[in-house]
Amino acid sequence: MFGKLSLSAIPFHEPIIMGTLLMVSLAGAALLGWVTYQRKWGYLWSEWFTTVDHKRIGIMYIILALVMLLRGFADAIMMRAQQALASADAAGYLPPHHYDQIFTAHGVIMIFFVAMPFVVGLMNLVVPLQIGARDVAYPFLNSLSYWLTASGVVLVMLSMFVGDFAATGWLAYPPLSELKFSPTVGVDYYIWALQLSGLGTTLSGINFVVTILRMRTPGMQMMQMPVFTWTALVTNILIVAAFPVLTVALALLAADRYLDMHFFTNELGGNAMLYINLIWIWGHPEVYILILPCFGVFSEVVATFSGKPLFGYKSMVYATVCIGLLSFLVWLHHFFTMGSGADVNAFFGITTMIISVPTGVKLFNWLFTMYRGRIRFTLPMMWTVAFMVTFTIGGMTGVLMAVPGADFVLHNSLFLIAHFHNVIIGGVLFGCFAAINYWFPKAFGFKL
Amino acid sequence: MNKRSLVSTLRWSCAGLAVFLSGCNLEVLSPKGDVGMQEKSLILIATGLMLLVVIPVIAMTLIFAWRYRASNTKATYAPKWSHSTAIEAVVWTVPCIIIAILATITWRTTHALDPYKPLAHEAKPITIQAVSMDWKWVFIYPDYGVASVNELAFPANVPVNFEITSDSVMNAFFIPQLGSQIYAMAGMETKLHLIANEPGNYAGLSSNYSGEGFSDMHFTAIATSQQGFQDWINKAKASQLSLDDRTYHALTQPSEKVPVAYYTNVKPGLFNSIIAQYMGDMKMDKIGSEPAQASAIPSHNDHAKASE
Repeated sequence: MFGKLSLSAIPFHEPIIMGTLLMVSLAGAALLGWVTYQRKWGYLWSEWFTTVDHKRIGIMYIILALVMLLRGFADAIMMRAQQALASADAAGYLPPHHYDQIFTAHGVIMIFFVAMPFVVGLMNLVVPLQIGARDVAYPFLNSLSYWLTASGVVLVMLSMFVGDFAATGWLAYPPLSELKFSPTVGVDYYIWALQLSGLGTTLSGINFVVTILRMRTPGMQMMQMPVFTWTALVTNILIVAAFPVLTVALALLAADRYLDMHFFTNELGGNAMLYINLIWIWGHPEVYILILPCFGVFSEVVATFSGKPLFGYKSMVYATVCIGLLSFLVWLHHFFTMGSGADVNAFFGITTMIISVPTGVKLFNWLFTMYRGRIRFTLPMMWTVAFMVTFTIGGMTGVLMAVPGADFVLHNSLFLIAHFHNVIIGGVLFGCFAAINYWFPKAFGFKL
Repeated sequence: MNKRSLVSTLRWSCAGLAVFLSGCNLEVLSPKGDVGMQEKSLILIATGLMLLVVIPVIAMTLIFAWRYRASNTKATYAPKWSHSTAIEAVVWTVPCIIIAILATITWRTTHALDPYKPLAHEAKPITIQAVSMDWKWVFIYPDYGVASVNELAFPANVPVNFEITSDSVMNAFFIPQLGSQIYAMAGMETKLHLIANEPGNYAGLSSNYSGEGFSDMHFTAIATSQQGFQDWINKAKASQLSLDDRTYHALTQPSEKVPVAYYTNVKPGLFNSIIAQYMGDMKMDKIGSEPAQASAIPSHNDHAKASE
């Protein structure tokens, strides 16, 4: 009945994992027990788990993101602890196979199961309210999207205790992720988790594009939409355009692993460079999928707490659309060192830099919204100011690495890691924190 | 916070920084080769150019946030002001100008620093073939018939032409103090041209994650005098080990923290046959069969080679 699954799939010999399993089981049992004791199962089932209400789905997305943020953060702490302890020839406390899974899981979780649910959750909560729609266009599809994402989460969490997770890095570059080099179930967990949640995200994208285009309140023209809705629209168009590429790339990898095909293998005509191109054709728009709604959040927050309308609304919209279009023209900057010619590298370097123009315009527009305002330093506003400083630094390092000559020595280094943590923490995470505080009353009826 | 506690905080944070950063050495910013030096100055120029915008933006953020705080009722408040064509024009134009300058620099330097471009130098270049494996580097000297594991040597002030491939997963060949890195991929040949301006032992590594033993994929790049290089070659030639099919096969087996080793009598055409074994279904696992065939087979590395 269980096929190849046996008790040996559970890593009993790893005390760290077993300890975690114990804690998770105890906490899980306590939570389930408490719900049972409170007789809330019926309520949870009918009011939350099966709901098609956009607000409740939005709240569930954000709770999911917060839970996974805890997991991703624990991974980060473990990695840093290992690096501190493993210096100067010491082995540290984690065996390589465990460490490799942790750093892979950290990336996968933070992007797919923290940042994405945060952003999708916010759009669920806010977009229908901002455009005066009763719900999204396809409420059931919305619920399905959520549960597909949640299934991906379950798989990733389960992989810690049954079998293992991918030890390939967060994008599972072949040939390392091929059966020959990763024979365990780790990469399979990776593929299935990402396919499920990726499908959920694609469906969400379709849902929101239709909602925003077709369900605005009568009289609301496109150029009258709130800025957050604009950024949400562009983000969802990017989702619809980019996520199918991820689905295909992972499907081809799965075909290699399950059907003995050779799309990305070393042998028999496979070419790993194809995967790397495909994954980044999705991967670069993905970072804009994450950051654009957060730009929208900052636009709302800065205008509200400066006591002024947003400076340069039209500029803001054009900049957003510009970024959306350009995001599909830059993917090669993730592998300048793969041996493309100078013309190709220079082209992608320059397109990457051009993105900094609309991004810079956005920063200036937030600045001039603050200019001659009456700024109230509420929590969301503080996140916004923190974002403006951090993100500017992150943006600068990004443009620096867009210069191929500089990237040849900065690529794959801690500098690169610092760059994207600067923009993703400073941009996406700060944005989501600001948004949670800012829109909390819309969800729960009182201020945090 | 009063002044004394501020000073004390600063002192402690400086001490903390000193402790935590003492393990860092900025190799990329202390280059010992022409390529690395050009890349360092490129990094500094590009950073300087961007700081022209970045510093004002950060300063304005902090100044505006302070000046227009709600409690400062003396500051001008313009609750309806939300458009100024002049400002819009400036905020679109200034970044455009900076990016135009940077783009020009990028176009030029990308061509000048193309890793595939041979370096202009009067000395005759030396060719070294680097092969990444699980989890070690093998360096083949086709002109001398020797090879080594996890150590390579070349004369300083002589251009080195690296031909790079992998007999396993992807890696990246990187000697930070000499400059550029480039990926190593099975079935393909990538190229890299470096030079060391002064003798020294430079740390080399794989900078692209490649699995379990990856973190120990380090090697030493010895840039030395002509005499020192000749001695090194002689040392390798005197080795008991020769790199035939059997020893090569043993090398390809996964192993970690592999000590430095030297090989003599390297089979001619070994590098091409390493690439060729991934080129078609007939030649699988027949390492070192007939190197002449390697070039006859239509190769998948055309893409990687296209930019030569």
